[in-house]
Amino acid sequence: MPAIGNAQLKLLERLSNACAVSGDEGEVRKIVLAEIEGRADEIKVDALGNVLAIKKGSERKRLRVMLSAHMDEVGFMLVADDGEGIFRFEVIGSIDPRQLPGKAVLVGRDHTPGVIGARPIHLTTADERKRAIPVDSLRIDLGPGGKAKPGDRATFATPFRRVGPSLLGKALDNRLGVATLIELLRNAPPNVDLLAAFTVQEEIGLRGAKVAAFALDPDLGIAVDATPAHDQPSWDGEPAPFYNTRLGLGPALYVADRATLSDPRLVRWLTDSAEAAGLPYQIRQPGGGGTDAGAIHRARAGVPAVSVSVPHRYPHTAASLARLDDWKNTLALLHTALTRLTPAVLAGER
Amino acid sequence: MPELIPFLKDLLSAPGLSIHEGPVAELIRTRWAPLVDEISLSRLGSLHARRKGSAAEPRPSILIATHMDAIGLMVTRIEDGFLHLAQVGGVDARVLPGQLVTVHGRQDLPGVVIQPSPRLLPPGFEENPVPLEHLLVDTGLLPRRVNELVRVGDLVSFAQPPLELAGETIAGHTLDNRASVAALTVCLETLQNRPHAWDVWAVATVAEEVGLIGAYTSTFQLRPTLVIVLDVTFAKGPGANEWNTFPLGKGPTLVMGANMHPALHKALKDLADKLEIPYAVEYAPTHSGTDASATQVTAEGIPSAVIGIPLRYMHTPVEVVAVKDIRRAGRLLAEFIAGLTPDFMDKITWDD
Amino acid sequence: MKSLIQKLTETFSPSGYENAIREVIRREVEPLADELRVDALGNLIARKGPSTGSGPAKGKKRLMLAAHMDEIGLIATHIDENGFVRFTGIGGIRPQALTGGRVRFVNGAAGVIGIERLSDPSKAPTLEQCFIDVGATSPKDCPVKVGDVCGFDRPFLDLGRRLVAKAMDDRIGCAVLIETLRALESTPHEVYFVFTTQEEVGLRGAHTAAFGVEPEIGLSVDVTGTGDTPKGSRMAVSLGKGPAIKVKDSGMLSDPRLVAWMCAGAEKARLPYQREVLEGGTTDAMAMQVSRAGVPAGCLSIPSRYIHSPSEMVDYEDVQNAVKLLTALVSKPIEW
Repeated sequence: MPAIGNAQLKLLERLSNACAVSGDEGEVRKIVLAEIEGRADEIKVDALGNVLAIKKGSERKRLRVMLSAHMDEVGFMLVADDGEGIFRFEVIGSIDPRQLPGKAVLVGRDHTPGVIGARPIHLTTADERKRAIPVDSLRIDLGPGGKAKPGDRATFATPFRRVGPSLLGKALDNRLGVATLIELLRNAPPNVDLLAAFTVQEEIGLRGAKVAAFALDPDLGIAVDATPAHDQPSWDGEPAPFYNTRLGLGPALYVADRATLSDPRLVRWLTDSAEAAGLPYQIRQPGGGGTDAGAIHRARAGVPAVSVSVPHRYPHTAASLARLDDWKNTLALLHTALTRLTPAVLAGER
Repeated sequence: MPELIPFLKDLLSAPGLSIHEGPVAELIRTRWAPLVDEISLSRLGSLHARRKGSAAEPRPSILIATHMDAIGLMVTRIEDGFLHLAQVGGVDARVLPGQLVTVHGRQDLPGVVIQPSPRLLPPGFEENPVPLEHLLVDTGLLPRRVNELVRVGDLVSFAQPPLELAGETIAGHTLDNRASVAALTVCLETLQNRPHAWDVWAVATVAEEVGLIGAYTSTFQLRPTLVIVLDVTFAKGPGANEWNTFPLGKGPTLVMGANMHPALHKALKDLADKLEIPYAVEYAPTHSGTDASATQVTAEGIPSAVIGIPLRYMHTPVEVVAVKDIRRAGRLLAEFIAGLTPDFMDKITWDD
Repeated sequence: MKSLIQKLTETFSPSGYENAIREVIRREVEPLADELRVDALGNLIARKGPSTGSGPAKGKKRLMLAAHMDEIGLIATHIDENGFVRFTGIGGIRPQALTGGRVRFVNGAAGVIGIERLSDPSKAPTLEQCFIDVGATSPKDCPVKVGDVCGFDRPFLDLGRRLVAKAMDDRIGCAVLIETLRALESTPHEVYFVFTTQEEVGLRGAHTAAFGVEPEIGLSVDVTGTGDTPKGSRMAVSLGKGPAIKVKDSGMLSDPRLVAWMCAGAEKARLPYQREVLEGGTTDAMAMQVSRAGVPAGCLSIPSRYIHSPSEMVDYEDVQNAVKLLTALVSKPIEW
């Protein structure tokens, strides 16, 4: 039975602090490859940079289950050199432009520090302050003579830390999923063939998962991701009906998002597993968003698919926040469900 | 000279929001104490440090004012474990979402300023800036624990750690105006080997950001003959390229305008020319926006001057300053003080 | 104490015209104070406790407790041909609180506020659209001249625990000071109870009084807002949960040592209190803080609903607890 202790937290910290903007996932890929070395029967890096690892079970009548966790994160690319260590940049993935001003960033493979500043409040007018700061007016500033080049990627510079019962860091979406999948691979139950896909380019269109699912050709797929929790009070104190998920209520099971209608058999299998094991779970509110499952379920002739996510607040900002217990329960639920996974789960029709 | 950059980083990391400067005042006091003859706190907490001059009594004195207070936030209300906020000093709410902060509760708590989802806000905030009244701080703690540790009125400081950027520049919060405190420290260190006739009052003032309170009161108490205010000014950079912005790393500014005595301004300019310290002249037609607005009109009125250190992204948590400019400002000050003759005030006249 | 509050709130004394209220207060404090004086701006300054001449002692401080005795009001700017009085405000007048209200001039004349026909009745009128009808028909029979001042005319209302009056801001602070002075058996401090003038137009009385008194600690006693009315502003202060200890308002950050001293004092005396951050408005403490070489300053606030309307409401227990707290605080040596 896998558990989350200091070693796992240290791993999450390294993963969260690593920089792996969509299209340049090398730093996380390197950590993943090192962590799973010798723990799978077959490990390869495919044409897009996905890490595909297969751990065969030992029992008879095994289902081939694909577990997918994307390695990439939202961030920036330097696109023009304005001189004097100042660079124009583009946003990669969906980041609210209001999250950019006044932040420290890490640029390039060597994590060169830089900042995204903002016009001093003293020079702004009241009217100006009512409008968002346009992204094309912002620059990444490395200091005079700062070394970088167009094409370099950058991320927010927030170091990972624990705060009370919570975890705070950049890119918890989806290093939580990556760390979870590493633990599952290391503790794969013998009743399944575990096909682990550490995917690339999820944040710009589920691109890595698409080819990974085709290549792995699984019986079923599970995307392991992090999903937003909008569980803050509403401005007028009225009950807020649209929270997506809430921190502290356990792993979030997807029934429907914009990309996928989860296979009901898999949802039932997960909820039954949780109830049997006495583990908490919550149903993510059906709505927008999407995970690798959106690509997996449409692979080849179709794949039954579902998503299980760790709830986290403030996705795609400099500092997202999750509960350690939710992560633990996500890992526990996935593991216990896998141990209960038999062909009977998919026996009936969808 | 002991290392300037580590001291500056310590200064940036020390809490000290307006009227609550205790921790940073203590840090400065420790650093200044060996450099001065006497040192004490004013009734409001401004740090007053004196180096005695060599001239006969009654000796003229020059007061160098650097405000040490930081801008930040304060807890106004606690709701379901989330903290509502007010500003302490001028904060553009548009730089707040996603900022790391320290909540100074019964113990210091890390936290992050959050911009709630538009679903939780009144209509109209899908893209527009969310004002401070709707921003919250999340400490990651459970509501019950938050209620135990945090009270209405607790302070919230920025927690962005200082960064060393290229070209010997430093990025961080509160470089406004701890960069000037560092420059004044350079000045005091330089004066260790330079005799000076005048008394020097090195003053780290409180509460500049909320009404120049330290400048008014310390000047009233100490009644110097002259005042030089050292504060940051706008550096050219992304988002700031107007006439009132100055190149980063190309020297301090010498400010002229109604707050500044023209003869004092000219004396500083002449000295900078003589020493070949690069500078720019900054024009402040009415108010300088610094402690000099207060020092000039205190008691009978005191001739004041302002030296500016160019700083990018003022009042954000990633202000950027060039260490060179800090050293230059400190050296210019020290040389000016060393050159003050007992009869210097004869030159501070109107209508030449 | 209720009858004192009634007497204080029913007196008309807008900023700059504090004679009437000063006389009411003087009669109360004269027998209680060790010394009484009125300065050039009309501040009434009452000393209690050993004077400066008696020399320093451990834990002894010179304190200035300030409550402003002026109130917001109106001042006549024009008498039209039909005897209607046009006016402007003294202090923070809110036009939406005027309509249908009655006013009483310092010279005794009374009137009612009317408004012009509004092109958009859904909007509050501007002050320029309001006028006072004093029952006159021409400038000749109008008892009001340009420059005459008036206050809201509204009787004191006793709702039991809740009290309502015009000018509760800040006669309730005056009442707290008077009752504290009465309750104070002895004090190691040189305490100045200062009933200040012209607070509503810019803390002007406190500015000069602080210079004159030269206190080592300045404490104002004034009203603050609440967040406990339907869909009102959301502030962490409620009526009836105790007096409020101000940490910040829009004009001042309280000295943290004073905040700690007051909170500890309330806890020691087992009195309820609330910590206050007020986002609009300020008090005499702002002027005291920056006086001379600086004065550690703070404020003890009385939570109040509907401030600057003719019906300001406070909680009687909050008021009584404020007196108890203030009395406890100034009775003992201050060790910081």
